[in-house]
Order: sequence, then C-alpha cells, then structure tokens
Amino acid sequence: MKEKSPLNLYKHLPQTNCGKCGFQTCMAFAAALIDRSKRVEECTPLAEEKKYAKKYETLKAIVAPEIRLVYVGTGEKEQKVGGEDVMYRHQMTFFNKPPFAYDVTDTMEEAALVERVKKISTWKKFYIGKWERVEMIAVRSTSGDPAKFAACVKKVMETTDYPMILCSFDPKVLRAGLEVAAKTRPLVYAANKDNWQEVAKLVHEFNVPVVLSVPFDLDGLKSMALTFEQMGIHDLILDFGTAPNGKKLQESLHNLLKLRRAALEEGQKDIAYPTIALPINAWFTTKDPVRAAYWESVLTATFVIRGASIMIKHCIEPHCVMPDMHLRYNIYTDPRRPVQVKPGIYKVGNPTEESPVFVTTNFALTYYTVESDVASNNIDAYIMSINTDGIGVQASVAGGQLNPQKIVEAFKEADFDFTKMKYPSIVLPGMAAKFSGELEDLFGGKVKILVGPEDSGRIVEWMKSYWPPK
Amino acid sequence: KFQVGIDETWKYPIQEVTLGATKADGGSRGHTIKIGGEKALPFFYDAPMPHRPVVTMDVFDMPIGMAKAVKMHYEDVINDPGEWAKKAVTKFGADLVTIHLISTDPLLKDTPPREAAKTVEEVLQAVDVPICIGGSGNPDKDPEVLKAAAEVAQGERALIASANLNMDWEKIGRACVDNGHVCLAWTQLEINSQKELNRKLMKVAGVPRESIVMDPTTAALAYGLDFAYTNMERIRLGALKGDEELTFPMSSGTTNAWGVREAWMVRSPNKEDSDWGDRMLRGPIWEIITGFSLAMAGVDIFMMMHPLAVAYLQEITQTLMG
Ligand code: B12
Ligand code: SF4
Repeated sequence: MKEKSPLNLYKHLPQTNCGKCGFQTCMAFAAALIDRSKRVEECTPLAEEKKYAKKYETLKAIVAPEIRLVYVGTGEKEQKVGGEDVMYRHQMTFFNKPPFAYDVTDTMEEAALVERVKKISTWKKFYIGKWERVEMIAVRSTSGDPAKFAACVKKVMETTDYPMILCSFDPKVLRAGLEVAAKTRPLVYAANKDNWQEVAKLVHEFNVPVVLSVPFDLDGLKSMALTFEQMGIHDLILDFGTAPNGKKLQESLHNLLKLRRAALEEGQKDIAYPTIALPINAWFTTKDPVRAAYWESVLTATFVIRGASIMIKHCIEPHCVMPDMHLRYNIYTDPRRPVQVKPGIYKVGNPTEESPVFVTTNFALTYYTVESDVASNNIDAYIMSINTDGIGVQASVAGGQLNPQKIVEAFKEADFDFTKMKYPSIVLPGMAAKFSGELEDLFGGKVKILVGPEDSGRIVEWMKSYWPPK
Repeated sequence: KFQVGIDETWKYPIQEVTLGATKADGGSRGHTIKIGGEKALPFFYDAPMPHRPVVTMDVFDMPIGMAKAVKMHYEDVINDPGEWAKKAVTKFGADLVTIHLISTDPLLKDTPPREAAKTVEEVLQAVDVPICIGGSGNPDKDPEVLKAAAEVAQGERALIASANLNMDWEKIGRACVDNGHVCLAWTQLEINSQKELNRKLMKVAGVPRESIVMDPTTAALAYGLDFAYTNMERIRLGALKGDEELTFPMSSGTTNAWGVREAWMVRSPNKEDSDWGDRMLRGPIWEIITGFSLAMAGVDIFMMMHPLAVAYLQEITQTLMG
C-alpha cells in the first residue's frame, strides 16, 4: 500500500462510527489500516452490507500490499508468501517471514524418506515465548518418473501435513504429483522457457500457485509474468536465479534488489510478485558437508535480509537451522514495538510456600528465556516480571528502569505475601547484583535478597548450592 | 523490457579512511588499508563497493576466558601477544589485528598505562599489517591507557578503540590527532548519541573527518541483532542522503556473537528443544552470520575471533563485490 494518509482511506469507510471494528471511530480504524494492524474485512458493515460493495472493493484494492500475497498450503499450515510493503525494515516492518522448504527426492529409500520428513516437520526451538519451526517440504523429482514422483508425494502427505513444493520441469511429472496433492495447494516449481505452456495449463486446471523460473534474465521473467497474468493466472512467484558462488552470485542479489525496488519503490505492478531463492544450490558446489552447510547459511542470510519471499533449502542439522531461523526471526521482528510481556507475578509449575521467587524484566526475550529455563527443568517457582518498558536486565540495570524501588513496589502492587513463604526471599538476576544491599534495606530486612547466576540457563546448577537458603 | 532506476537520493559518499602508515608516511607498516568510500548500500547495483570489508582479529594482553571452539586455536600463543598477532596474520589471514589492553582493568591486573603500551610495541614489531588498539572498557582508565598507547604507536595510523560519551572522549580524540591515528567513536545502539559523539570529536577534539570510524554497537544474532542491524542500516542510509554527522565507515564488535548461549552451550537448557547438535559447529556460524548480516547493513571493519568465521566473512563479502 502506497497510501500514507488515513483520511484517504476514511473516504471509503461507512463513516458511521458504529464501533464494530473495536475502534470508536472510522478514522481510528483507517489509521490501523495504514499500519496494517487491522484488515479491511474487520469493518463488518463494509464487508457485509450490499450498499457498500463498491467502496469495499475499492478500499481492498487500495490497501493491497505492494507485492502480491500468495497463499501456499491449506488450513493451519497455510503459508503467506510475499505481501510486503517496504524495502527496508525500519520503514514499517517486514510482514511474512519467508517459509523455509527442505528438500526430499523421489529416489530416496522409503525409510530414509519418512525419517527425513519427520525430522523436518518435528524440528522446533523455543524462542521468545513461542515454538519456532520450519514450514515446508520441497519434493524434488530426480528420477524423472511420474509414477515414482506421485508415490513419493503420497508418502510425504501420509507422514506430515506440512505444505509442499513440487519440483520438476517435466509437465508429466508435475501432473502426476498434482493429481495426488492438488487439494493441499502445493506450490509448483517451475514453469520455464521450454515448458511454460503446458505448466500454465496444469496450474490453471489444478488452481495452484506456480514459480516462473527464468534465471538471470529479468526481461524474460517479466514477459513470462505478463503472459501468465493475461491467461488469468495470478498466483505467481518469481525465480530470478540463485547462483551459489562466483560473479553470478552478485548478479543474483542484484536481480532480487532490482525486482524489489521496481515493485516497492517504483510501483511497477506487472513485476510485483513474491520471489524465491535457492540456498540449496550451495550443495552442488562442494562435497564437504560443513562447507556446504555454512555456505548455505550465508546464502540464506543474503536473501533473507534483502527480502526474498520463500526458499528451498537442504541442511536440517542444528548448526544450519538455528542460525537461519534466528536471523529470519530478527529481520522480521516488528521494529515498531519492543516485544513485551505483561508485568506482574507469574507461576511456573505448581509453586508452594517453599518455592523460590525469581525477579526479571518484562522484555519478552528476557522473560521467556528465564521462564523456559525454569519450566523445562521442572522447577516450581514464581517469576516477577518488572515493568522496564520492555528492556532486558542488563540494559535496564544500565539505564535505570530496573531499580530497587520499582521491585519493592511491584511486589506491593501484586499483594505478594512474603510472610506466608517458608523462605521469605527473592532471587535477583546476577546482572543486578549491585543493588541487592539497597533492596534488602528497602524491604526492611524482612525479605532476604539472593543473587542468582548471570545467565538464567545456570539457575538449575545454582539451586543445587543455594536453594533452599541457609 | 524490464527497467528499474537507481536510488537518486544517495548523493553523498561515505568518507574514505586509511588505516596504517608505511615508511613513506611516517609509520612502519608494510601496506595501508582503505575502508569506506561507498556510494550505495553494500553490494547494491547502484554503485560498486570500493573496498572489501576487512577483518581485524582480536589479540589480548593476558589470557581471558574464551569459548572452547575459539580457545583451541590460540592455546599455544595465549601468553604472547606478539606471537598471537603473528599467528592471526600469517595463519588465519587477518587483514589487521587488534591488541586489547584488558590487563589495565583495575579489577584485573591494573597494569599501568606506560607498561601496557609496551605490548603495543611488541605487536607492531611482530606484524606489519595496520593495527587497532583497544582499552579494557573501563571509562575512567581507558583515556590514560589509550593516550599512552597512541604515543608509543605515533605515526602508525592505528585505529584507537574507543571514545565513548560517558568517558573523557576529548582526551582520546586529542591523542589520536596528536599522534596521527584514527578514532573509533562508540555508542550504544542510538543514532542520536552517535551523531552527538561524532560532532563533538570533530568540533571539540579537532579530529578530522578522515580519521573517524563509528561503532554503533553489535548485538548478536538472536540477542538483539534486529536492533543492531536496523540501527546501522539507518545510519548508512542517513549518511548516503547527506547527514554529514553520519558519513563515516562503521566497525562491528562481531566477537559479541560468542556471548550468545546458542554459540557455546553444550545443549539447550530447554529439554523440549530439538537437539542443538555439536557446539563446535554452531559457534563459528553464529559469528559468521552475526558479522555478515551487519556487512549487509554497511559495516566496513569487523573485530572477530574464530579463524573459520574470518575466512567465510572475507569470502562472501569478496564474492558479493563481484
Ligand atoms: C539489545 C541491547 C539494547 C537495546 C535494548 C532492547 C531491549 N528491549 O532490551 C537498546 C538499544 C534499547 C539498548 C540500550 C541501552 N544499552 Co544496551 N544492550 C543491548 C545488548 C546488545 C543485548 C541485550 C540483550 O537483549 N540481551 C539478551 C537478554 C535476554 O539478556 P538479559 O535481559 O540480561 O537476561 C539474561 C540475564 O540477565 C539472565 N537473567 C535475566 N533475568 C534473570 C532472572 C534471574 C533470577 C536470574 C538468575 C538470571 C536472569 O539470564 C538472561 C539470559 O542470559 C547488550 C550487549 C550484549 N551483547 O549483551 C547491550 C548492553 C546491555 N547495553 C548497555 C548499555 C550501556 C545500554 C545503554 C545505557 C546505552 C546508552 N548509553 O544509551 C542503553 C540503556 C537503555 C535503557 N535502559 O533505557 C551495556 C550495559 C553495560 C553494563 N554492563 O552495565 C551493554 C552490555 C552493551 C555494552 N557492552 O556496553 N541496549
Ligand atoms: S466497523 Fe467500520 S463503520 Fe464501524 S466504526 Fe469501524 S470502521 Fe467505522
């Protein structure tokens, strides 16, 4: 959406201030449309009443993201691909993390195939209060045999409900895969200069999104996109070509930048589609698995940072997935608001009067790190999350948002009754050690202040020596 | 036909800064290194990158705690900064080395400034690449330490790390001017503080434009990289658009990556996480991705530790330059 003024959106709203969207005025709702925190459909009168039909359509067109949003997969595991509005994250935020699709091939032994699919679809890591996962399976036809491909796709579907990318340039192979999987809305990879007519027919028939692969040729890519668009096929993803190394790698990045700039800064609608990158290509350049894995991560970083919308990858080992997953998370974090939790007292497990009371801040990264360190080690405890405006422990000790007065007040506000506790005490983060004396004084000596380890990952070991307090 | 323009608002180049001085310029380095000079965001097609981002490898003047994956590469030189520096350059391909005078910290050995400065001479003799000189991070003592170090390295155009708003930055700035060095201006993730410090270094301490590099702070992958990345990208975009208080090359303390638990912990403290695998493989890639992301945001010089991380950072940035 290029529109920056709420007033211009307000024009297309019912202007009744009915409040059904959760705002008191249509103007406030219009502002929420601008920063994309609300969707047009959430103004139910506009979406449902016939008399507004025209306004509804106009408004939807205005607020549509600059880069087309393409849906892959169905149900809970459906993936949003593209749908971005800005070139640099600080201009607003990036919205839809590029799904990572990990490859399997139709020449794998069945047992190995099932094991790999399970490994991909069960991979998870706890980060900032949520489980982070990878999203998709890319099924590659290396056999060239339609029957084999269909069987492989079927096996994948029996093993997981993760959405798929069906990879082959042979329309017969693709057809075999689509006959099995079309209802799960897989992404087809890909139409190219040789097969595009047949692939166009296929994706039209099965109504699935498709990648247009015209590597290192933006003119060709654009004209193919125009052709598909004219045939009424709109869910397109562009493969600009991912070179794994050499001078061509620079060209790959330049082509991605050109496509994004054309779409986001120059408003060129006929090229404003999501893009696909193939970090997996790193594996075709070397036999050394560590080198291939590291290089795949480096390629992933290049294209995540500059906004490619979906990726095909290979290495599912922790030293590959962890950095790539975190980088993607960091780049797609909304820079407009620090991620916070509600301040106050939280229970972890089933705390009793013999349990410890941990103090931390309300910065989500900090709070959830501490909570998960405590919970996953089966420690029953209270955690007091102090309102530091969403700043972590170390930074808020330095900046003064975490201080003894605030801690005392927070416990007062929560009506926390230390006299009921067997060991009336609180555990401070190691990084806040410097004000433990002052804090003890403020509590009038009624609450013992213990200084915990600097890293909450060490709380378990710390408790072995210091809990219960002597 | 597909057509697209370049960014017309990027009109102002980043200041080019030379590190090191050869005999001809009053120093003793074998060659000099230029950083900065960009006219566009890194690796964009708008304008070629004039120089590959460079790596300066950390050397400490006393043994310090390091992650296992890092330590194994330095065990044989940990008590000898000169040999350490040599190994970094000849074996690991460091473009520069940084000698960190951490033993001057009153809480560590409290080494007097004059004595600490001798280690700088040792390093200058051991290698002929340009060098950086770091203090201990103690804001009260660093100005004295860095002044003494700047004096023994007179004429070498070392990068002096660093001046900060909460210390006597003026003393450090002047020591750079008087002895012909480059001043590293360090602030914590805040664009306006960075402008303020750069301005003060120029206007009050008299540091010339071509002798300033900025360190806007590196927060590592998964531990605030989102802040560090965006802060640097905004600084660089602001500079290209003509904000004269920001048109300087940037430096990153990439070694911070080793503070992240994912880089060094044996296994996840969270029992339900998928297996974290071999930490010897996780650590280097954590340093690579932390550094490389910031290379994409505009960093010109990286302070790093793991040999593999250094090699990959050099290779990918060179490749993306074409
Ligand atoms: C991101 C960051 C910021 C962000 C903060 C974003 C946010 N929402 O918190 C911003 C940009 C705002 C920022 C600002 C500042 N920062 Co800052 N920042 C960082 C950085 C890079 C990462 C901090 C982080 O997120 N860590 C991760 C979280 C999870 O850590 P944590 O909250 O401390 O929690 C851990 C432990 O404390 C412990 N723990 C937590 N709770 C509990 C509870 C118990 C019971 C126990 C036992 C343990 C425990 O376990 C957790 C996991 O390890 C660090 C440098 C670094 N690489 O570490 C500097 C750093 C913390 N910042 C620093 C400074 C000085 C500042 C500023 C004062 C700079 C300035 N002059 O303006 C400001 C202050 C801002 C303010 N308070 O208003 C210094 C602090 C120096 C010191 N030791 O005192 C650091 C170390 C950088 C440095 N070397 O100079 N910063
Ligand atoms: S629901 Fe629609 S009409 Fe009602 S206040 Fe919100 S924007 Fe206005």
